[in-house]
Amino acid sequence: MIKQPVSESKSSGKRHKTLEKLARYNGWLVIVSILLVLAVWALGVLWGKPPAFLLPSPQAVWDKFTSTLADGSLLRHASVTFYEVLAGLFFGSLLATCLGYFLAKSSALEKLLSPYLVASQAIPLVAIAPLLIIWFGPGISSKILICALIVFFPVLVNTIIGFRGVPDNLRDLMVSMRATRWQKLHLLEIPAALPILFGGLRIGATLSVIGAVVGEFVGSDKGLGFLINVGRGQFDTALVFVAIFTLIFMALSLYGLAMLAEKRSTRWKSAHH
Amino acid sequence: MTQFLEVDHLGMTFNGAEGELQALQDVSFILAEQEFLSVLGPSGSGKSTLLRLLAGLIKPTAGSFQFGCLPNVQPRISLVFQQANLMPWRTVLQNILLPLELQGVERGKALERANAMIQLVGLEEFAQAWPSELSGGMAQRVAIARAFIAEPDLLLLDEPFGSLDALTRERMGAELLKIWQSQRTAVIMVTHSISEALLLSDRVMVFSPRPASIVVEMKVDLPRPRQEETRYDPQFQQYAKRLRQSIK
Ligand SMILES: Nc1ncnc2c1ncn2[C@@H]1O[C@H](COP(=O)(O)OP(=O)(O)O)[C@@H](O)[C@H]1O
Ligand SMILES: [Mg+2]
Repeated sequence: MIKQPVSESKSSGKRHKTLEKLARYNGWLVIVSILLVLAVWALGVLWGKPPAFLLPSPQAVWDKFTSTLADGSLLRHASVTFYEVLAGLFFGSLLATCLGYFLAKSSALEKLLSPYLVASQAIPLVAIAPLLIIWFGPGISSKILICALIVFFPVLVNTIIGFRGVPDNLRDLMVSMRATRWQKLHLLEIPAALPILFGGLRIGATLSVIGAVVGEFVGSDKGLGFLINVGRGQFDTALVFVAIFTLIFMALSLYGLAMLAEKRSTRWKSAHH
Repeated sequence: MTQFLEVDHLGMTFNGAEGELQALQDVSFILAEQEFLSVLGPSGSGKSTLLRLLAGLIKPTAGSFQFGCLPNVQPRISLVFQQANLMPWRTVLQNILLPLELQGVERGKALERANAMIQLVGLEEFAQAWPSELSGGMAQRVAIARAFIAEPDLLLLDEPFGSLDALTRERMGAELLKIWQSQRTAVIMVTHSISEALLLSDRVMVFSPRPASIVVEMKVDLPRPRQEETRYDPQFQQYAKRLRQSIK
């Protein structure tokens, strides 16, 4: 039933390679393109003179960034969100990996549960977030739950694909050598599935950031999502920009970390003569 | 010669999607200690099934087999397949160490044995290489080293050189013989090559088309150590002719 590992899109493999190449050989190109966008933005504000609550200048955003950094509010809110993201990612993927392992082992169990699992994906998390906040309070725990829920499915799918993909011949080999259950798990199944597991974690990481912000939007008094709400309410669009850039930075760092782990776990793949 | 393995009216019927499929029928033979037995037969006849049964990967639906000299002790079995089946995330050395890791052999001793084994198969320079960097012949050498390092009581070879080109194949056969002569163990080898079977074996069995039963069982009385020249021995030619005629 579940056959394809979750990834961003069908062509993501290719796009990945292109991105990687860009990053590796043309690191300066990325910097140039960022500078270019900033320049266009600055000039646009200079000539178009939009009201600051529509589009603040890069300078205004930068000033807001340094001032919120100086008074500690940015770090305070960012660390709350970061904590929610990490905890949600951790619990969500832990649960998904454990359940996924058993679903991969038993297709009967998968057949039994997969209708519910697939149906659960039809529920937009944004829609039930208010419910979760009513039930679990406006504090951190409801955000962690939302993050965990949003992370759960892609990690589960990748876990199932990963463990199903363990080659039968290697399984036979381990059985013929009388490997114990534990030996089979940590010498064969986990290393064989690891690249796909990390792939799931990479997607889960960015989703977890979305989950945290959605939760904070719906109801909270701290976090970057809350900061965006505040900025919107006070027509302080520069503050909104600062929060958004911080979120992007957070998501990209986590994504990069997971990608690094994925790469390390497959360094044998890139070996050449 | 002491008896090592007794196979008694072994039968295997698969219950597949398209109904029952009988792969083995009434197969009985005895394997002596340190004997090298080869199995020939048309493809799809059930040769791999026999090895999978003996390795304990599947359970027979009829008959039984027994390891004679070791009551209650499970013999150590090593399997080598047509594909090397190395773990791609382990280096050559780590792949060869795997059986010792499973047996819980102490690290220092294990490394010592693995290095000796790597030398025996001539892969010293590739100890730290990844399997993806090896040629087919080298990968199969690693697989053979991994099989022998376990010090198996029984070695099961399923067309071990089937995916190699003819020249590499001959060389690997000679190497296998060399290793086997230094570490005697009982061997059952499935092969498609009559000359490979005759060069290596003490005895050759020929399977019928499915369901497999034994149609010919032939002792190979050629002096050891056998070399490439043994191929031109008239006795060898006679054996080869007889086997060729018995394989349908
Ligand atoms: N697990 C299985 N389920 C169903 N049929 C099988 C299974 N394994 C092997 N067979 C069938 O048994 C027959 C013998 O297979 P095999 O022992 O692999 O032949 P050989 O190794 O002699 O070429 C084949 O027809 C094959 O399709
Ligand atoms: Mg076969």
